[in-house]
Amino acid sequence: MSDVTRAEICVAACAEVWRDAGEVIASPMGLVPALSARLAKLTFAPGLLLSDGDANYLTDPTGADSQIEAHIPYRQLFDQLWHGSRHVMMGASQLDMFGNQNISAIGSDFARPKAQLIGVRGAPGNTINHPTSYWIANHSPKVFVEKVDVVSGIGFDRARTVGAAARFHRLHRVVSNLAVFDFATPDNRMRLRSVHPGVTVDEVVAATGFILAGTEAPEVTPEPDGEALRLIREVLDPRETREREVPSAGRG
Amino acid sequence: MRDKRMSVDDVVGELRDGMTVGIGGWGSRRKPMALVTAIAKSSLKDLTVVSYGGPDVGMLCATGKVRKAVYGFVSLDSIALDPHFRKARQGGEIEVAEFDEGALQWGLYAAALRLPFLPTRAGLGSDVMTFNPGLKTVTSPYEDAEELLAMPAIHLDVALVHMNRADPYGNTQYLGPDIYFDDLYCLAAEKRYVSCERVVATSELAAGGPPQSLKINRMMVDGVIEAPGGAGFTSCVPDYGRDEAAQKAYAGGDLFVEASR
Repeated sequence: MSDVTRAEICVAACAEVWRDAGEVIASPMGLVPALSARLAKLTFAPGLLLSDGDANYLTDPTGADSQIEAHIPYRQLFDQLWHGSRHVMMGASQLDMFGNQNISAIGSDFARPKAQLIGVRGAPGNTINHPTSYWIANHSPKVFVEKVDVVSGIGFDRARTVGAAARFHRLHRVVSNLAVFDFATPDNRMRLRSVHPGVTVDEVVAATGFILAGTEAPEVTPEPDGEALRLIREVLDPRETREREVPSAGRG
Repeated sequence: MRDKRMSVDDVVGELRDGMTVGIGGWGSRRKPMALVTAIAKSSLKDLTVVSYGGPDVGMLCATGKVRKAVYGFVSLDSIALDPHFRKARQGGEIEVAEFDEGALQWGLYAAALRLPFLPTRAGLGSDVMTFNPGLKTVTSPYEDAEELLAMPAIHLDVALVHMNRADPYGNTQYLGPDIYFDDLYCLAAEKRYVSCERVVATSELAAGGPPQSLKINRMMVDGVIEAPGGAGFTSCVPDYGRDEAAQKAYAGGDLFVEASR
């Protein structure tokens, strides 16, 4: 029996998002994606540029021997992202089958929302300009919905209405605490790519508010290898902050 | 050279009901909170506030100063959502124009350059187009014929920003990691008021940091306000970081909490 936790599987699965990304900015939103981007840079994606949370970009994501290698204030960050040299992993309060994302507001009346969230932020510009993936820490039918209340990041159906201006739109992966998804279907509906070890397809289907493609024979999400596990446990996150976002059963 | 020094109250005295006020900084970083607090405590009303929103937006909403908010987000950074802004939104108390944060820059930049609009992809296909029904697209006149969002200029009556240093004439200096869009706010506005941690002699500016830190100069500034601790509990590095305890108190309802500086 493996002692690899669900959180560690999620960290490795999110890191995969940046495989072959090359020399681009990796912008992870959330705790697990932040660990993932650092793991990717330390292992198979050394070309990634990682921010310190402000405008400085650091060579060594462990912080042990870090140098500032670039200074990218917001003005230049917007230039880079409209240029396409970035892959963001955002969160979502709602996400639908074509990958439309909502981080703006919940409710049917935008003039008086039931719950005001952060705002569309950079989601419209991110999704139409460069590769985008999503991380959902708590997979449920409240998040994976038939229709989002406010389209912030645009999905494939919306992108198709935009014409040539959407030619850089690319939703790459969705990683949740249960499974990994992509949009590799004829009409770009969300497809179950792999279920995490210990998760059944039925669980994923029950936690999803729309019909998923690819439920016949999904793969099992690979566990991190020995080196990745060592980096996660000993170097990147010895205090197990990852457990806060994806708690293991039976733990505090 | 004209000495442009004035007080916080002088600035409030220059404002009128219904004005469009652009507020510099980003989230809970280098916000001109001394000026914002004075507005919040004044009798001004019906303001349109344009901001990369933080506690400036929340405080002005909570005190009933805002008719309309123009923003890409409102966040306190270490506290993801501003509860005062949320309350105003959820009560349907304010009008809003929510844009992609890059498109918001484009709106300020268009105003700065005296252009009617600037083209962008940021917003196309999203509900930014749905919930801002006045937005229009423009077709590229070149062979590609690409259809883009024509982000309209966001003209400001007043810009309020906070800097680390300034001389009495309006040459200013930021010493932190990012100017954010403060220079664009100044160029997009009729009147520009810059508060700062310390007013210094011109000779001290270049001595205190690289020439590149002198981004907003006297052509772009109408008033200089010396306001030590003027970013309130928001961060103003290297002079001070964010006062997380004070921010927590603000979020908890203590609107005018004093930051410990």
